[in-house]
Amino acid sequence: MENVLVSKKVTKRFGGLEALGKVDIELKKGAIQSIIGPNGAGKTTFFNCVTGFYTPEEGEILLNGRNITGLSPDRVAHLGVSRTYQNIRLFKNMTAVENILIGMHPHLKSWLFGAIFRDKRTMNEEAEALAEAKRLLEFVALKGRGDMLAKNLPYGEQRRLEIARAMANKPHLLLLDEPTAGMNPSETQEMVHFIRRLRDVLGITILIIEHQMRVVMSISEKISVLDFGQKIAEGTPAEIQRNEHVIEAYLGRGAASGLGEAKAKG
Amino acid sequence: MQNKYTDWKQALRSGLLGGAIIVLLSLIGIVTAFNKTFIITKVLTFGELLLLGPIIVFSFVAIRKAATKSPGFLLLTGAIAGLASGLVLIALVGVGQLINLRAMFVNASDDLYAIYSYNQTLFFGMILRLAVSGLTGLMTAGFFRLPARIKQALGQALLYIIMMGLMSKLIGTVIASWGFVSLLFEWMFARSGLSIVGAVVIFLLVGGLTYWRYGRPKARLVRDPKKQQLVRWGTLGGLGILILLLPSILGMWFSEILDNVGLFILMGLGLNIVVGFAGLLDLGYVAFYAIGAYTIGVLTSPELGFFNMTFWQAFPFAILVAVAAGILLGLPILKMRGDYLAIVTLGFGEIIRLLALSDWLKPWLGGTQGIQRIAKPVIGIGNFSIQLESQQQLYYLILAGIVIVAFIAIRLRDSRLGRTWMALREDEDVAVAMGINHVATKLTAFAMGAIFSGIGGTIFAAKLGSIYPSSFMFLVSINILSLIIVGGMGSIPGVFVGALALMGLPEVLREFAEYRYLFYGAALVAMMLAKPEGLWPEARHKLELHEAEAPPPQESEPAATSA
Repeated sequence: MENVLVSKKVTKRFGGLEALGKVDIELKKGAIQSIIGPNGAGKTTFFNCVTGFYTPEEGEILLNGRNITGLSPDRVAHLGVSRTYQNIRLFKNMTAVENILIGMHPHLKSWLFGAIFRDKRTMNEEAEALAEAKRLLEFVALKGRGDMLAKNLPYGEQRRLEIARAMANKPHLLLLDEPTAGMNPSETQEMVHFIRRLRDVLGITILIIEHQMRVVMSISEKISVLDFGQKIAEGTPAEIQRNEHVIEAYLGRGAASGLGEAKAKG
Repeated sequence: MQNKYTDWKQALRSGLLGGAIIVLLSLIGIVTAFNKTFIITKVLTFGELLLLGPIIVFSFVAIRKAATKSPGFLLLTGAIAGLASGLVLIALVGVGQLINLRAMFVNASDDLYAIYSYNQTLFFGMILRLAVSGLTGLMTAGFFRLPARIKQALGQALLYIIMMGLMSKLIGTVIASWGFVSLLFEWMFARSGLSIVGAVVIFLLVGGLTYWRYGRPKARLVRDPKKQQLVRWGTLGGLGILILLLPSILGMWFSEILDNVGLFILMGLGLNIVVGFAGLLDLGYVAFYAIGAYTIGVLTSPELGFFNMTFWQAFPFAILVAVAAGILLGLPILKMRGDYLAIVTLGFGEIIRLLALSDWLKPWLGGTQGIQRIAKPVIGIGNFSIQLESQQQLYYLILAGIVIVAFIAIRLRDSRLGRTWMALREDEDVAVAMGINHVATKLTAFAMGAIFSGIGGTIFAAKLGSIYPSSFMFLVSINILSLIIVGGMGSIPGVFVGALALMGLPEVLREFAEYRYLFYGAALVAMMLAKPEGLWPEARHKLELHEAEAPPPQESEPAATSA
């Protein structure tokens, strides 16, 4: 199977600080894969490099074999990369449907002319977009919530709406930054099922940053561990749990207590 | 008992505060200035209203705050608050007798004391004042003991009398322009304020109507939905006709104000796209207004003699130049946000004005002398053409401009482009991550804003016939921004309401002469306190449940057919 995302020796520095050092990560099509690591390990920086918000100083990022290093974020989005944010970043004063419609932006065409004259093509495009947005709302179990302002939705629904917005782009690659942050165990469980369904039903390749070990271990097929910007380990959940470096860097004080601590962080 | 004690204190404090406010109003000179302005002729002057108004307000506050709710006690509270206010006035007069307050407060004059004491001897007069104050407080308290229905009717009636009395001069000028129809209303007004008969009629009319309507559900004239639609269209049509007839109804003087308000609506609609929709704080918006005006000026003025175009020949060029300026300004500031953007755009606005003022461009733009003899727009063909010259004629040009621009603004708001702007406003980083090209999106916003402002500028130039750099001061930008904020950021109807409130109010407040802007400022503060989100805030459209929103089919119908 071909790789959807390949990062080759990606290095990002902020002044003297090396936030990412020669990070190699590969994602197979249809994979669910995680990046873990202590706070400040460079996980979100990696996301920002992939989505074009940062341009890495060295290395290459390939999306479906195409070099996207240094492209602007909106170009990267057009090529089929979507993301969510660690702290939910919806368009708070827009409705849920409008949020999803914004996510659909790369697939719509109308501009000034269409807006003012409302020609047939624009109207059709808008009607289809709206229908699609409603389908997505249903998919993330937010049917009937579409006309609520994003800021008025409960926390869990905001998380799902953010994912719906990301999916509206029909992405090849979905980057989820701590999708279960701030959720209780049952909500977390729901989210895990939901992410699996995304992959199983829609075939989207998913890369997750996650702190909750239980989530990471249960959902990922492959885990990459970052520490101080370096990839210190990579492998299946079972391999990672046994890896000495990981235990040292991440779960330092013994696996059992480390697990508890990590959960508290989430 | 503790309760009652604090209530006493509370009543006293409210009363003293009310008294202090009356003293403040007096020392500013408002009371003396409006002593001859009658609300109801020979009965109530505006000055007296200013002496009683604060007492009413503050005894009301005291009553509201009182913890003890027994009727007798509340009446007492009102009276105490009123008496306390009266005592403050007595204190002022007393101090005024002992030392010469006029050295510091010009308005603490014998005239003022005479007003206080109802032109009686000071001693007897001030006792009278104290009694009236106490009585006002008592009556305020009594008023709130009335049954709700009477309270509403009485309150409305008094409010109408006061408003109409205050505006009587304005209403008078409007009515005077109606020719013989004005005779029908003459009896209502005296030389100053309402006539006594007029006040009584208004009282009975408004009071009676309010009393009658109280508690009744809003009656639907027609129940049939189809006919309701018709009624709705009828109302809209009537409103349209009214808007068309406004200049004739209101006369010359008001038409001029309407024109100014209209120009600000035009520009407000444009700036609303930039600031309200796209969230780009532009403080140099007047630049595009100036560019539109100057382009028309340069192209049409025979005085400069470059092109001698007609208004309509020059018009497209004015818009093109405005768009070009919009994009030119947009390019360097694409990466700026918030405060930085505001400062740079402010600079841009000043640069344009200073260029117009400069000696360097004087041969083309006229420097301080500006540009004269700018062409008036001509409408129609051949023999059937008229030149729009008077304020009343120009009103229709402005109206047409507003209709077109508002239509475009509404369409933009509800489009993908409008959504894109709003996303950019909400969170630029995320918007870009969703695939939005912020360069194209921002530039489109700037260009659209520039077009609308440019149109306003062309009409402004044609309206005045001459333009000067001083017409394009920074204050214009601030006014447009303020009207958007007062109306409600991003709201299109808000622009209309905001422009009327902000530009129309000072004109209506002319009655208050030199205290106009004092009242204006107070009104603005009150508005923003009462409605911080704007007078007509933006509401998001319902997209998901659009169809379901329509009233569900009446259940009785299928039942009727089956039966």
